[in-house]
Amino acid sequence: MTEKLVIIGNGMAPGRMLEHLLEAAPDRYAVTIFNAEPRVNYDRIMLSPVLSGEKEFEEIVIHGDGWYIKHGITLYKGHRIVGIDREAKTVTSDHGVTEAYDRLVIATGSVPFIIPVPGKDLPGVLSYRDLDDVNAMLLAAQSRAKAIVIGGGLLGLEAAAGLKERGMDVTVLHVMPTLMERQLDPAAGYLLQKAVEARGIKVMTKANTKAIVGNGKVEGVELMDGTIIPATLVVMAVGIRPNSALAKDAGLEVNRGIVVDDCMQTSDPAIMALGECAEVGGHVYGLVAPLYEMARVAAARLTDGEDKRFVHSDTPTKLKVTGIDLYSLGDFADGDDREEIILRDASAGIYKRVVLQDNRIIGTVLFGETADGAWFNDLKKKATDISEMRDTLIFGQAFQGGVSSDPLAAVAALADDAEICGCNGVCKGKITGAITGKGLTGLDDVRANTKASASCGSCTGLVEQLLKLTLGEAYNPAAVQSMCGCTSLGHDDVRRLIKAKGLKTIPAVMQELEWKTSCGCAKCRPALNYYLVCDWPDQYADDYQSRFINERVHANIQKDGTYSVVPRMWGGVTSAGELRAIADVVDKFDIPMVKVTGGQRIDMLGIRKEDLPAVWADLGKAGFVSGHAYAKGLRTVKTCVGSDWCRFGTQDSTGLGIRIEKFMWGSWTPAKVKMAVSGCPRNCAEATCKDVGVVCVDSGYEIHFAGAAGLDIKGTEVLGLVKTEDEALEVIVALVQMYREQARYLERIYKWAKRIGTAEIKKQVLDDAERRRTLFDRFVFSQKFAQVDPWSERVSGKDKHEFRPMASVGFAEAAE
Amino acid sequence: MTWIAIGSIADIPPRGARCVATPQGKVAVFRTADDQVYAIDDHCPHKGGPLSQGIVHGAAVTCPLHNWVISLETGKALGADEGSVRTIPVKVEGERLFIALEALASKAA
Repeated sequence: MTEKLVIIGNGMAPGRMLEHLLEAAPDRYAVTIFNAEPRVNYDRIMLSPVLSGEKEFEEIVIHGDGWYIKHGITLYKGHRIVGIDREAKTVTSDHGVTEAYDRLVIATGSVPFIIPVPGKDLPGVLSYRDLDDVNAMLLAAQSRAKAIVIGGGLLGLEAAAGLKERGMDVTVLHVMPTLMERQLDPAAGYLLQKAVEARGIKVMTKANTKAIVGNGKVEGVELMDGTIIPATLVVMAVGIRPNSALAKDAGLEVNRGIVVDDCMQTSDPAIMALGECAEVGGHVYGLVAPLYEMARVAAARLTDGEDKRFVHSDTPTKLKVTGIDLYSLGDFADGDDREEIILRDASAGIYKRVVLQDNRIIGTVLFGETADGAWFNDLKKKATDISEMRDTLIFGQAFQGGVSSDPLAAVAALADDAEICGCNGVCKGKITGAITGKGLTGLDDVRANTKASASCGSCTGLVEQLLKLTLGEAYNPAAVQSMCGCTSLGHDDVRRLIKAKGLKTIPAVMQELEWKTSCGCAKCRPALNYYLVCDWPDQYADDYQSRFINERVHANIQKDGTYSVVPRMWGGVTSAGELRAIADVVDKFDIPMVKVTGGQRIDMLGIRKEDLPAVWADLGKAGFVSGHAYAKGLRTVKTCVGSDWCRFGTQDSTGLGIRIEKFMWGSWTPAKVKMAVSGCPRNCAEATCKDVGVVCVDSGYEIHFAGAAGLDIKGTEVLGLVKTEDEALEVIVALVQMYREQARYLERIYKWAKRIGTAEIKKQVLDDAERRRTLFDRFVFSQKFAQVDPWSERVSGKDKHEFRPMASVGFAEAAE
Repeated sequence: MTWIAIGSIADIPPRGARCVATPQGKVAVFRTADDQVYAIDDHCPHKGGPLSQGIVHGAAVTCPLHNWVISLETGKALGADEGSVRTIPVKVEGERLFIALEALASKAA
């Protein structure tokens, strides 16, 4: 019978333990996880890049929902365990679920330390621990107001940098005289403070918090000396402590953390603990490398595999703030039996210090240039006698034994057992072995196969150099994905070359860019057709046969080969006359299904292809034009009733929506474009998940973009606030035109924006008035050729062959 | 073999297709970029999508429903997909196109 394994907590340590366990003994346990956080296992180290906007949450998920399903693991999301009954061997969650266990693993992690000062519970005081904290900070950051981060350690500085990046005015309060004093000596702490201040973050050291002040919400922080610093957000990042309350209540031995032996065993033989909540040999840990080591040990124990024991080792510290390079390892306090070697380069902002004892490295602090960190770590681990190279040691590996200063040579010179990825404990030999053994060609491959650089990512450069060393010329980091099998060029190159070479037909593109097939394929032809339509609106003749059927017949093909038809309802507004005309068409053509769409219009489904022109003719008589519900182009502009009707409406959202739709309909875009205009921040038109959205406010129009609510769900980014309807229209049109000119075919706005960067888009369509105007003008020019109702064209006979069979044959013969 | 006239090559746009209604259902007649003409059942072996509505490239068509690529010469699905659709003999005399009746009748029988 399979044994029951219950895990409390779903962080990185138990996640890694499960990976080892599933590899060694996939069928041994029926696994159940209780996670107090309502989500899957994600890379907590990468929350700082999510806060700063360099990554999305989806990118830092380690195990998606599918992983749990695939491995038959039951995951209770949002269930906090409230009690362990060691007699009955059961655990019970706050939602009342009770689960029996044969083996129990406690991995409850840590809780942020909250300084016990008055006001600590005010709304607006946050800790920095999980995604909820990050989301709360992002929400607060929208105000662009003042924030205070209490704590100048690793976490506090990352939070401060992220909030600053999001536009807040940030002050860091640190109680000690220098920043990160536990990892850095005062000299490096000083350099770090300068680097942090250079980013516009204020730093106050020796700042002792007396109280958080405010009436009903945070208004500021009061220091011991009476100074009051105003702020609307306070982030406490002063440290963490092991979350051991549950274990304590259950009667397990608890000291600072849950006491375990070097096999992760608690005082109860059926219960293990690992991660930040566990205390081994008197140490508790907060960095990922030792936690992953615990996971390895725990998995071996659970599978009765090889006898692994946890051994304490120093873990290097690195700060994940883009542009600040910092590395700290081991012990660097002064001492009578210790010597030190120091290199300072003030103009380059470099500081390096190596602490020696008996000619062996025991500690290192590097600031400004950290490439040699791995090498120093290696020397320290192996306790190498450095007396031979003492004179040049501080200059790094490149200066030893006449090796050139080529960084590649430095990596080449590393021993096979030198550690490359500290987080996952991956050495050089394992990476190069996997590259040659498994035929890996890129960074993602290496991450998938070895986990090297898959956690905090700071060793990415080293891994890339190993790829280069191992594969030589064959490694091409910039390898672009080609458009399709017909060419080795990527979309961006093709777009650039179309403009640069003045290519104006599909055959010209294929000839000049050396297409490998005679007439392309169903992937590249629609893309090329779009690029040419966009780039040469007045000169290019649309290649009908390179369009997908929906855009060829201006209706949506359904599974049975019939079509659906959606007429435009400007801004979602209709009338009795229009509805009557639709009702008549439905009756006349016996249309089997009529449905209201999500974009505020009406869909008629199940229309025979032959009937399409007649349906359009009747709809056209009532004033309808094509809704382009089939197009890679402007679809709907959804609106709410706004100031005309709504008691909360601040502007005429319906009017603006209709104006935008009438201005932009008919334009072709790389992928569909859906818009919405809401009349107030209650946002009834759901503008904040659209490709482009407007939220009206008293002071004007807040323009949003890059939302998604389909395959991916993503809230919009704010482009900016403008005062008038005219400005709003100009900005939106310029944004869409920039997207039309730059994006890859089938790439939605949110994916394009992620690739280009929202800052660049803001710069071009908001800050640079001249650039905005030229984009706007180009859109207006292209609309001259695009705003033709395709339905009325076809009613008047265009492409009539499309809607009729070529011949009807064989009926007489078959009847004989 | 009986050939049935279905019209002229000019009735079909290059890299396009038209349908011919027959007692056994629709036949899709394709014209490639280099004016080769092929006829196959207008019914994708995958989920029955109307192949005549697909994008024509080389001597193949991509089904509009789920992007299966079908060879016009053999009727077989190309790439990783497996399946095939009936091909129907076509004759071109000058501008005029014919399809073979017997092939049609044999399915009816």
